[in-house]
Amino acid sequence: MENENSVIYGLEFQARALAPQLAETEKIRFLIGTQSLKQTTNQVHLVEFNEEDSTIKTSVFNHPEGEIWKLNTSPLDKTSLATCYNAVSNDNTCCMKTALYRIPQTENPETVENLSLGTKFETDQYGSEIKTTEFHPTDLNKAVTVMENHVVFWDISGEEAKSILNVQLSGKNNPKFTTGKWNPHQNCNQFTTATETHLKTYDVRSGEVAWNIDNVHSQLLRDLDYNMNKQYHIATCGDDGLIKIWDFRQTAQPVYSRSDHSHWVWCIRFNPFHDQLLLSASSDARVLISSAASVSSENNNDVCIHDETETKQMISDGPLQWCEHEDSVYCAEWSPAEPWIFASLSYDGRLLISRVKKTLKYQIML
Amino acid sequence: MTEKKPNPLDLNSSNFNPNMYLDKLFKESNLKQIMDHESEIVKDTQTLHSDMQTLVYENYNKFISATDTIKKMKVDFKKMETEMDLLASNMASITSFSDQINSTLRGTRTQINKLSGVHTLLQRLQFLFKLPTSLKSRMEEKSYIEAVHDYLHAQRVLEQYGNLPSLQGIKSDCETILVELKKELRKHFSDPQASAKELTESVDLLLQLNEPASELCSEFLVCAEKRLSDQLVLLKDQSEQRDITEFIDLGCSGFLSDLCLVVASFDDMFINRNTNENIENSDIFENFAATELNNFVKQNMQKYFELVQSKVDLEQDVGDTGILVQALDRFYRRIESNTLCRDVDFSAVATDIVINAGRKQCKAHLQILKMHFADSVTKIRQSLTTPKLVSQEDSSKNLNELLSSLILSIVEKIKGVLQDLVVFIQPEINFAQKPQFKDSFCVDNVREGLIVCFMHHLTATARSYCAKVASDLKIPPTLLLLLSKLCLDFQSGSVGFLLSQTDELFQINPAQSAGLTNEYEISMTMQESAQELLNYFVRIQGLNVSQMLRKSVETRDWLHTIEPRTVRAVMKRVVEDISAIDATVALLYEDQGTNTEHSSDSSRKTHSISVSRHQYRSNWSSLTPNHLDSALVSNMHKLFSERIEIFSTVEFNKISILTGIIKISLKTFMECVRLKTFSKYGLQQIQVDTHYLQLYLWRFVADENLVHFLLDEILGSAVHRCLEPILMEPSVVDIICERG
Repeated sequence: MENENSVIYGLEFQARALAPQLAETEKIRFLIGTQSLKQTTNQVHLVEFNEEDSTIKTSVFNHPEGEIWKLNTSPLDKTSLATCYNAVSNDNTCCMKTALYRIPQTENPETVENLSLGTKFETDQYGSEIKTTEFHPTDLNKAVTVMENHVVFWDISGEEAKSILNVQLSGKNNPKFTTGKWNPHQNCNQFTTATETHLKTYDVRSGEVAWNIDNVHSQLLRDLDYNMNKQYHIATCGDDGLIKIWDFRQTAQPVYSRSDHSHWVWCIRFNPFHDQLLLSASSDARVLISSAASVSSENNNDVCIHDETETKQMISDGPLQWCEHEDSVYCAEWSPAEPWIFASLSYDGRLLISRVKKTLKYQIML
Repeated sequence: MTEKKPNPLDLNSSNFNPNMYLDKLFKESNLKQIMDHESEIVKDTQTLHSDMQTLVYENYNKFISATDTIKKMKVDFKKMETEMDLLASNMASITSFSDQINSTLRGTRTQINKLSGVHTLLQRLQFLFKLPTSLKSRMEEKSYIEAVHDYLHAQRVLEQYGNLPSLQGIKSDCETILVELKKELRKHFSDPQASAKELTESVDLLLQLNEPASELCSEFLVCAEKRLSDQLVLLKDQSEQRDITEFIDLGCSGFLSDLCLVVASFDDMFINRNTNENIENSDIFENFAATELNNFVKQNMQKYFELVQSKVDLEQDVGDTGILVQALDRFYRRIESNTLCRDVDFSAVATDIVINAGRKQCKAHLQILKMHFADSVTKIRQSLTTPKLVSQEDSSKNLNELLSSLILSIVEKIKGVLQDLVVFIQPEINFAQKPQFKDSFCVDNVREGLIVCFMHHLTATARSYCAKVASDLKIPPTLLLLLSKLCLDFQSGSVGFLLSQTDELFQINPAQSAGLTNEYEISMTMQESAQELLNYFVRIQGLNVSQMLRKSVETRDWLHTIEPRTVRAVMKRVVEDISAIDATVALLYEDQGTNTEHSSDSSRKTHSISVSRHQYRSNWSSLTPNHLDSALVSNMHKLFSERIEIFSTVEFNKISILTGIIKISLKTFMECVRLKTFSKYGLQQIQVDTHYLQLYLWRFVADENLVHFLLDEILGSAVHRCLEPILMEPSVVDIICERG
C-alpha cells in the first residue's frame, strides 16, 4: 500500500545504509549508502526533500572504497560522515574498514565527485568486522567504533584517528557486539552497546560497565535508540519481532512492549521532538510508526492531574501508520529538521520519504 | 227481625199482645180452626200449671236447711270474739317484758364487741412481730414463694404504720431480709444450674416484690447472655474437633434450644403477663421489653451465625459434600422453623450462610479442578520430555492418547464435581427450594463461578504457556501444540456438553437468565486460545529451526570455504527436525488433502512462478556477469507474486502449520545470507543446500511454489553477496544432494 504522502527515490543498487544529516536543521536531508559487491564504485546519495512541493533533489558522490554497510553523520558538522564499508581487493578477498569522509561542496550537479577522505581508522588490530562508527554527540573530536568484540574510542582531530580507549568484550561462546549508541544524556559519558540479547553500557571515562540489561529480547538485539526527551528511556528491537522501551533504572521489565511486526525488527527510532512516536523498520518489508504515548515525555498524567482546560486525548499505544516496501527494510530515520517527516530504505534500493498522517499530527500538536 | 222486634204474636214472648193475637186468629182462621186452637191452648195451660206445682215442692226442703245453718253460724261467731280479745291482752304484756330485758343487757354487749376487736388486732400484731423470723425461716427453707406471700401480706400494714417507733424495727428487719431475699432470687439468674422454670419463678416473685420490671428484664437478659455465651464458647471449642454434622447438632440442641427457652420464658414473664397495673404503662414496658429481647436475640444469633459461618469455612475441604449439605439442611430447617424474633428473619441470614457454603464449595472444587488440570499438564509435560529419549515412535503414539485422556479426565472430573454439587439442590433439601439460594447457587456459583470460570482458567493457563515457553526453554513446544488442540477439541465438543449438562442438572434456563456467559463466548475464547497457541507453536518451532540456520550461516567463513562435496549437516538436521515436527503434528491434526489443495490452489501461480524459475535458472547457469538482470527478474517476480506473510496466522491443519514453520525458517536463512559475503565455493555450498531443502521441503507445504520462491530468493541473495558468482552445474548439485 503506497502512502499518498510518500515520495519514492529509487537507487539502482541494493542498499542498507541510511542516515539523516544530523547537523542540518534547516533542510530535510538524508544520506544513503549503496551496498554492491561487484560494482566498482559504490555511491553515497544525498537526498534533499523539499517539503513544500514534495520534490527531491539529489547529489551523488562516489564511494570507491567498497560497499557501505553503515552510514553515520556528525551531529555537529554538516559535511562530515562516517561509513563502515567492505573493501574488496583484487584477489577476491574482502575486509571491513571504516573511515570519515567529507562531502565536497559541489557546484555542478552533473558530475559525480568522490567523497574526500577525512580521517582514517586503523582497525586491523581489533578484528575484522566493523559494526558502526558513531560520532560523539557534542565533541567534534571524538568517535567510537563498534567492532565484533571491541569498542574503540577515538580522537579524530587528525588525519589518523588515535585510539583513546578500547573495551574488549569477553565471555562464553565468543559474544559479539551488534551495534552501539552514545547516551545523549549525562554529559555523554556513556556508550551503550548491543551484544547478542543484552544491553551493555560503558562509562567512557573508565571503560567500566556502567549498567546493563540482560535478555532485552529473546532473540538477537538489533538496534537501540535513546529518547532525547526522557533521559532514562531506551528503545530496543530485535529478532523476536518486538519493540520495547526500557527504563534502565528498573531493568526487570520493559515499560513498553509491542509485537506488531511479523519478522525481525532492524531499526528503531524515537521521534526527536515527539517521543510518543516510534519508528521501526522490519524485514517483513514494513515501516511502522507506533504510539508509545503511555511512556512518552508528553504524558504528564502522573505529574499534574487533569488540567481541565488542557486535557489532551492521549493516543493509545499501538501502531498508528505504516509504509510498505517490496523488500526487507533495514533502516528508517526521522528527519532532524522536520518532526513529521521520516525516510525508510529497503534492501532493493528504494527510499521512501513520508509524512506523518495529518490527522495524527494534529492530534499530537493540538 | 223477630229478636229485635219481639213478635207480639208469640205466646212465649214477654211482649205478647193477646188482643192482637186474637184479632189475628179471628181474621185468619175459620171456626173449626179456632175451636181446635182453643182446646190446644187450654191443654198447654194445664201442663204448665202442673209443672210449676212440682217445682215448688222439690225446692222447699232446701230452703229450710239453709236457714238452719245460718242460725248455727251466728252462735259460733259470738264465741270467737271473746277469745280474740283475750289474745290481744296477752301480747301486750309480752312486749313490755322484752323491752325491759333489752334495756338491761345493752351495757355488756358493747363491752364484748370492743374486746373481740382488740383480740384480732393483737393477732395481727403478733404476725407482724413474727414476720422477720418467719421470713428468715422461710428463707432458710428456701420456700421463697411463701416468704414473698407472707411479706406481701404484711406489707401494707408496715407501710402504713411503719413510722411508728414500735414497728420501725420490724420494718427495717423485714426490709433487710427482703433485700437478702431479692439477692437470693437474683442469684438464681446467674446460677448456671438453675432451670428456666426456676428462673421464671424467681422473676415472678421479684416482680411481685415490685422490683422495676425493666431493670429485671435487662438483668435477666444479661444472665441469659452469660449462659448463652458459655454455650457458644463450648461450641467454639468443639468446632475444631467435631465434624460439621455433630457441630450443627450440638448447636441446635444446646445453643438454639436454650435461646428458644430464654425467649419463651421472657415472653411469658415480661411481655405476655397479665398485669394489673395501668394499661398504658404496661404497653410501654412491653414495647421496651420486646425491643430489648429483639436486640438480645439478634446479638446472640449473630454470634451463633458467625460461629457457624466460621465452622462452615473450616469445613471447606471438599471432603464430603453430602454430609455438609445434610448438616446445612438441618441447620437451615432449625433456623427456619423458629421464629425467635418478630422483625428479624433469621432464615435470610441462614440462607446467606448456606449460599456462602455453596460458594465456598464451588470455589474449592474449582481449585481442585485447577490443580488437577495443572497436574495433568505437568504430567504430560514430563511424559513429553522423557520418552523422546527412548523412542520417537513411542512418544508419538502416546501423543494422541495423552490428549484424549487429558480431555476425558477433565470432562470426567467436571462431571464428578457437578454430581457432587447437585446434592445441594436435591428436592428434599429444604433450602434448595428457596429461589434466593437456587438462583445464586446454580447460576452464580456453579455455572458461572465454577464451570465457566474453569473454562476461562483453562484457556488462560494454556495461553500462559506461550509466555512461559519464551522464558523457559525446557517446556517442550509440543505441549503448546497439544494445548492448542485441547482448546480446539474443547471448543468443538466439551464446552457445549458441559454447559448443557450443567444447565440440565441445575435446571438453569439459559434463555431466561440474563447475564449468563453463553456457549458461543466460551467457544470463541477457546478458539482464540487455540489459535494463539498454535501460532506460538509455529513461531517457536520456526525460531528453533531459524536459530540453527542462523548460527550455521553466521559462524562459517564463507569466503574461505572449500568446494562443496556434501550437503551441510545443518540442512539435514533442519529437514529431520521438520519431519519430526510433521510427524508430531500429524498425530493431532488431520492431513487435509494435500494434493487437492495443491493442484487447485496453485494452478495459476505454479505456472507463472515456474516460468520465472526457469528464467532464474537459465540466468544463473549462463553466468552472465550482469547481475542487474537477475535483480530485475527478482523484482519483476515480486511484483507478480503475492506478499508472503512470514509470521501469519496458521490454520488448524498440518499443512498450514508446517508451511508456517518453513516460511519462518527460510526467511531467516535469507536474512542471514544477506549479511554475509561469499566466495565462489561459498555460493555453491548455498546452492547445494537450497537444492537439498527444495528436494525435501516441498512435500510439507500447501503450495510448493512458496518454498521454491523463498529458496530462489536465498540463492539470489547469495549470488548478490558473492564476489565471484559462479554457480555449480545443476547435475552435480543433483548428484551431491542425492548422495545425501
